[in-house]
Parts: sequence; structure tokens; C-alpha cells
Amino acid sequence: MISIKDVIKTYASRNGDVKAVDKVNLEIEEGEIFGVIGYSGAGKSTLIRMLNGLEIPTEGTINVAGREVSRIKGAELRRARQEISMIFQHFNLLWSRTVAENIAFPLEIAGVAKQEREKKVNELISLVGLDGRGDAYPSQLSGGQKQRVGIARALANNPKVLLCDEATSALDPQTTDSILDLLVDINRRLGLTIVLITHEMHVIRKICHRVAVMEGGKIVESGPVLNVFKNPQQPITKRFVQQVTEPEETKETVEHLLQRYPHGKVVQLTFVGEGAEQPLITNTIRNYPVMVNILQGKITQTQEGAYGTLFIHLDGEEEVSLEAIKYMSSQGVGVEVITNA
Amino acid sequence: MLETFFPNVKLDRMWEATTETLYMTAISVLATFVLGIILGLLLFLTAKGNIWQNRPVNLVISTFVNVFRSIPFIILIVLLIPFTKFIMGTMIGENAALPALIIGAAPFYARMVEIGLREIDKGVIEAARSMGAKTSTVIWKVLLPESMPALVSGITVTAIALVGFTAMAGVIGAGGLGNLAFLEGFQRGRGDVTLFATVVILAIVFVIQFIGDYITSKLDKR
Repeated sequence: MISIKDVIKTYASRNGDVKAVDKVNLEIEEGEIFGVIGYSGAGKSTLIRMLNGLEIPTEGTINVAGREVSRIKGAELRRARQEISMIFQHFNLLWSRTVAENIAFPLEIAGVAKQEREKKVNELISLVGLDGRGDAYPSQLSGGQKQRVGIARALANNPKVLLCDEATSALDPQTTDSILDLLVDINRRLGLTIVLITHEMHVIRKICHRVAVMEGGKIVESGPVLNVFKNPQQPITKRFVQQVTEPEETKETVEHLLQRYPHGKVVQLTFVGEGAEQPLITNTIRNYPVMVNILQGKITQTQEGAYGTLFIHLDGEEEVSLEAIKYMSSQGVGVEVITNA
Repeated sequence: MLETFFPNVKLDRMWEATTETLYMTAISVLATFVLGIILGLLLFLTAKGNIWQNRPVNLVISTFVNVFRSIPFIILIVLLIPFTKFIMGTMIGENAALPALIIGAAPFYARMVEIGLREIDKGVIEAARSMGAKTSTVIWKVLLPESMPALVSGITVTAIALVGFTAMAGVIGAGGLGNLAFLEGFQRGRGDVTLFATVVILAIVFVIQFIGDYITSKLDKR
């Protein structure tokens, strides 16, 4: 659906040329939710803007939905943009238009007749759950409702691709989740390919099938979300994964625990996919005469399955403990004995 | 009562002068609105980072606007006498005042239009472009509606300035309340005529301000 080949984007600045995007290659499949994560300035915003021709690559080619968007201009580019719609961090609604009129705007651009426009607008209002708010102005809506209007507007011309530019970054966590649920729903129901950029791993975790991590204009790591979670390679990826798997205070807690339990072992278990759903601790205690004390844990759901970490304190005879650990490793669970650093 | 406080005021003359002033103001406001928006749009669109980014064109319009905005109106009228004679065929009467009024006010308003357009969120323009909007669509459906409150409050201020301009134009023969106040009031030493003309001008200004504020608040859905 989307193919990005050797794309470079340089900007001229006072201190010489700046490479915002540096030799990026990506293939995004039809019907996929693909996430690009990176800190601000990583080039992800420039990258997503090149997918609908708002920015033109300095080098390389970009194909989206059968069109080479990096080359086409004028009327052809405008037609392509009707199939590659976009939602924004700050919603970018027209305040002078009501909800219904905002959603009708792309239909007006596409030259849809008035009667058909009204019908389509009503459908979209229901789809995004804004029934009854059609005559409200954007200033009368909450942030989440505004983004729903943005999504309805983006879907008006039945696009093949939806680009999300930090679409939830201005929303509170609860609203973020409801917008993400809506995106997943749309992805499933309409088979829409979604590309999103974000700096929140939570967003990637919750809805993406695959992820690419961007740093300094380059893609440093990419793959299915669960793989990246299970086995992050780059330091930056590890930091992003920690955002959702480890609560802030974990490190301090672990240090505290090591002091508190001089005997036995503090073990970190990492569950991925199916492993997260089996009664591992119960089986361990039943089979081995060890004491297990659960210290802290978290399970995270992703689109492809669950991912979790659990800290336990294991006490008993040294040999039995080691056997118990060996048993746990054999169950497809990541096991790491934490020692004093 | 009129007899006691304003012995020299003739209501029919006053009414005639008022309609002349209103006529000059109305026509020049209308022309200024259109011309100012065109100039303001050009200033905005040719500026750096916008759709028609074009430095030479921007510089030419900007210079034109700045020059005509800076010339004091009374001098502008005199400077424009040959031009006015050429297109209007006369230097006397309300119509003769119009070219100077419009050329004096349009650049002033163009700057206000430009400021209003610059206040539109760049993201909204980007959103329209991302939907495949043509430049003309962006202008008619985004730029103008989104800046309309600023455009209306700007034309209100300009219209009030134009009432003042018509009074000045009146002094050099364009008719209207300024002409009446100067010729029949000041030069003949009839202070009451000047005072009455002033009151009428004030009334016109207040009405314009009221209408402008009302429309602005109705338009502004932010």
C-alpha cells in the first residue's frame, strides 16, 4: 500500500543543510496499523507529511495507493490527497463551520452534490459517535470530540490511507484511549491502512501492528510490535518500551527490595503472548518447595497479544531455587535474576 | 428648540449634506473592502512560507501599500487631482472625492486584512491542502471565512476613518457635512452649524461602530 524508498529530506538552514529524514526505507501493507515513534525532532513529522505530498522528498520515491506521491503535482496530487487523508494533533477544524459543515468540507472539495453530502455527513457523525452534535461549533466541543470530527472529516471521501499526526498527543489518557479504540474500529470495519506518528509508546502498544523507531532522521529499529517489545535492540527503543512496561518507580523499588531481602533471589519475569496467560507461579510453587513473594507486576495488552513483567522474590534452598528458575525459563518466559548492581 | 440653540441650522441643507457624506462613505467603504481584501490576500499569499511565496511581488505590493498609507490624506487629495480629473472628469462633488478616499483607505485596510489572515492557524490551511483543496478553495472556504471577524472589525475602523476623510474631502469641494461645517459654519462664523454637523458626524460614527461590533460578535464562533 505504501512504499518508501531511500527517502532523504534536507532543509536549508542558517547553519547549513539539515537532514530531517535520512535514507528511510519502509513498506507498509494494506489494512495495517503502522506506527512511527520518536522524540520530537526525530523527523517523523516530516516523514508523514511526505506521504500526502505536503512535503516533497529531496531524494528517493514514495508510492502510496498506487500513486507516486513524491512526483505528482497539481490536479493529480489533489486527487491523490482525497485518498490519503490526515488527522492532526491540534485537530485543525474550521471554527467558522459547524461539526456537520466541517465534515462536509472535504466533500465540497471533491465536488459531491449537496444532497449526497448531507447523507454522507450524517453517516459519519454516527460512525464517530457524535449524534446530535452536528450543529455545534468546534469551540463548544471537548478535545476528544474535536478529534472525532477530525476523524469523520478525514473519512469523508472514503480514503485508502489515514495519516495520524500525533493525533492523541493533545488529549488526556482516557480520551486518548477512546480515540484509539475508534481508530482500531475504523481499521477493522473499513479495512483502512493507518499510519501514525507519536512519541507515546502507549499508542503503539495499544493499536499498532508494526512499529518503526526513528532517531535523528533514521529508522533505527522496526518490526511487529510484540517482537519489539520482547526484544528491543536499540537503547532508544528500550527507553520507549520501558514507558509502558515499567512503572517509573520500579528501579527504586528493586533496589529497596534487594536490601530488604538479603536471602533468596529477586527475579524479573517477562511474559510475551501466550506466556502471559498461563498460571506459571502456581505451577512453580506446586512443583518446587520454594516461597514466592510477588513484588510488583504489570501486564500490557498489544494488538497481537499480551506482554508483561513481574518481579518476584524467590526464597528456599539454593539448588531448588535454581531448578525453579530453570523450570520457569522452560515455559517460554523471560527470566532474569536481579543482583545488586 | 432647534430655533433657540441652532438658529442658523437649516434642516434640509443639513439632510442633504448628511446624505452626501453617507453616499461617499458607503461607496468608498464598499470599494475599500473589496480592494483591501484583494491587496491583503496578495500580501499574505506572496509572503514567505505561503502558497504563492514570491518576494519581488510581495515587495512591490508592500511598498505601494506603505507609501499610500503614509501620505496624509489632505495631501493625497491634492496629489491625486490630475488623476481624479482624468477618470472622473471633474474636481467638484461627491464622486470626485471617491478616488482619493479609496486610494487613501484601501492600503490602510489591506494591512489589517493581512494581519487578520496571519492570525489564521497555519494548521487549518494545511488541513485544507491535505484534503486536496485548490488555492481558490483555500481562499474562499478557509482564509476569508476564518478571518471574517477580523475583516469586519477592520472595515469598521476603516469606515470610521473614511467618515473623517470625507469631511476633509468636503473642505476642498466634495460636499457633505465637512463641507457644510467648514463653508457655512466656520467661514461664515456660524458656530451652531459647525456644532450640529459635528453631532451628526458623531452619530454616523457611533452607528457604524455599533453595526460593526454587532456583526463581528455574530460571526465569531471561537
